Amino acid sequence: MSILINKDTKLIVQGITGRDGGFHASKMKEYGTNIVGGISPGKGGMEVEGIPVFNTVEEAVKATGANASVIFVPAPFAADAILEASYAGIDLVVCITEGVPVQDMIKVNPVLKQNNTKLIGANCPGLITVDECLIGILPGMIFKKGNVGLISRSGTLTYEVVNMLSESGLGQTTCVGIGGDAVSGLYFIDLLERYENDPETDAVVLIGEIGGDAEEQAAQFIKEKMAKPVVAFIAGQTAPPGKRMGHAGAIISSGSGTAAEKIKAFNEAGVPVAKEPSKIPGLVKEKLGI
Amino acid sequence: MKIHEYQARNLFRKYGIPVPNGVVCHSVEEAEKNIPDDGKLKVVKAQVHAGGRGKAGGVKLAKTMAEVIEKAGQILGMNIKGLTVEKILVADAVDIEKEFYVGLINDRNSKSVTLMASAEGGVEIEEVARVSPEKIIKMPIDSTTGLMDWQARSVALKLFGDIKQVRQAAVILKKLYKLYVETDSSLAEINPLVLTPEGEVLAIDGKMNFDDNALYRQPEILTMREATPDEQKEIEANEMGLSYIRLDGNIGCMVNGAGLAMATMDMIKLYGGEPANFLDIGGSSNPEKVVKAMNILLGDKNVKAVMINIFGGITRCDDVARGLVTALDEIKTDVPVVVRLSGTNSKEGLEIIKNYGLPNVATMSEAAKKAIELSKTEK
Repeated sequence: MSILINKDTKLIVQGITGRDGGFHASKMKEYGTNIVGGISPGKGGMEVEGIPVFNTVEEAVKATGANASVIFVPAPFAADAILEASYAGIDLVVCITEGVPVQDMIKVNPVLKQNNTKLIGANCPGLITVDECLIGILPGMIFKKGNVGLISRSGTLTYEVVNMLSESGLGQTTCVGIGGDAVSGLYFIDLLERYENDPETDAVVLIGEIGGDAEEQAAQFIKEKMAKPVVAFIAGQTAPPGKRMGHAGAIISSGSGTAAEKIKAFNEAGVPVAKEPSKIPGLVKEKLGI
Repeated sequence: MKIHEYQARNLFRKYGIPVPNGVVCHSVEEAEKNIPDDGKLKVVKAQVHAGGRGKAGGVKLAKTMAEVIEKAGQILGMNIKGLTVEKILVADAVDIEKEFYVGLINDRNSKSVTLMASAEGGVEIEEVARVSPEKIIKMPIDSTTGLMDWQARSVALKLFGDIKQVRQAAVILKKLYKLYVETDSSLAEINPLVLTPEGEVLAIDGKMNFDDNALYRQPEILTMREATPDEQKEIEANEMGLSYIRLDGNIGCMVNGAGLAMATMDMIKLYGGEPANFLDIGGSSNPEKVVKAMNILLGDKNVKAVMINIFGGITRCDDVARGLVTALDEIKTDVPVVVRLSGTNSKEGLEIIKNYGLPNVATMSEAAKKAIELSKTEK
């Protein structure tokens, strides 16, 4: 078991003939992900890295039975790509593209609900179930199989933490980068619930950021609904108010979404918050009694 | 992206939201020439990208033309929160019966545009939100239907007693929503929305922000951009694929990834230092980008040490190291630089850094400590 994806996941790559799409398709394939097709309108019938290319998601789904999609198309077209995947019946859509306008994501949301599509991102590094399936741009070699789940709003900070976990002997089940945008797909709570129900996951690491109140909501959820231990880290503890720090979500204004509020919420839920990333593995071990 | 009040008022007007007459002036001479001497009470308002203008003395009433000129002279050139006032708006003052707040935001929880309204207008709405959140009405808007008549009406009914006023306000709300969506706004506030003794509903002050990611399709909005010098630097960095924000400390940071960059700043602070900036160089090892980033960092004279923190994922550390060395060769600076590389090919990367004669460390914590130490010893 694991969450969201496993060795049976059949993936298509939207934007496979682009530079990033092609490069990461080959990396994902190398990791062992079952990539069954790529999408590039007008290039149907071609092959990229030995992967058949289709003109539409619908054709690809019919021909291959694909149930997951990863999107590498440029920002102005990303929302349309998400919608195409959703209407074609894809179950899990992962949008790597950064810089997608917020209004586009707001328009996409009711359709996802209606079609019961799960979205990760946009502006995210993707997700991985270790040794089974990698979707996105995560560096596969830093992950190690184990019993820790990880959810993060960040990219490289996630890799940093995963690397520390792996080096300290703590392997992972599934790691998910949910992205840092103001409006995005699955959020902390959606994933915490899945980790709680996954028999292979024994503890969860949550890497949050300043801005919004997703971490506070996660803390509330953990307090009320979770038996498994969670360890947290919040990036941006020293960021000045009102400044947008790279991630569109990482903005704090007028006392909402500050690191202090998030840390307080976690502490009240019995979730230890690491002062710096290197303290995370120790806290997880403490919680797991190793 | 932020715009000034007068620019927001122009957009309101374009979309049919009633606002009192007003004139923008850059100098006292312009005020003398362009403001009609019609005997009406006027309000002179500083146009700067900063909140709390009123408290800072940037908003003043003027009864006569002579007073308008006097207040204009006082406000122009004034410093509000570090920004010089270069423009004023001179608008007709309005008799106010009651003040309200209405605003639209992108709400991450409902994943929708959300209408907010309160009968407690005129003051800082954040204060109301903190002290008495129950006084703020929130209405999420379904993007497939847009703001529906009944929604606008039901919100207006909670603010106004008279059905004629309710109808005026509902029309304003619908127009504001249309403006918001069509311009890819991320914040549109009317504060205050006022009721006059004559029963008219008017927008007195407006604030609008826009989604930077959507500016590519909003050419008209983009022409309204007036960046402060700090913002100008940030925009230039963005054009290079860098994300930069200047802060007040003395340790420059260069990091790949926004989350890691924030964590790096936190670490510097944790060990007793002050970060000089947030700088995310993204996922590339391109030496040109590193040179540009270093130039931005060293352009800040407060910077006494630089901490470079890279986690190699798909990007290989040895590539990044080569980029750094090329960049440092080109720049030749006396400011000490600490490099920390981790992840893919970090050993090879660190070897390159070591051979170049730079201090290199294995962990983020050590790098932060070393950078702080160097910032204190070097003069």
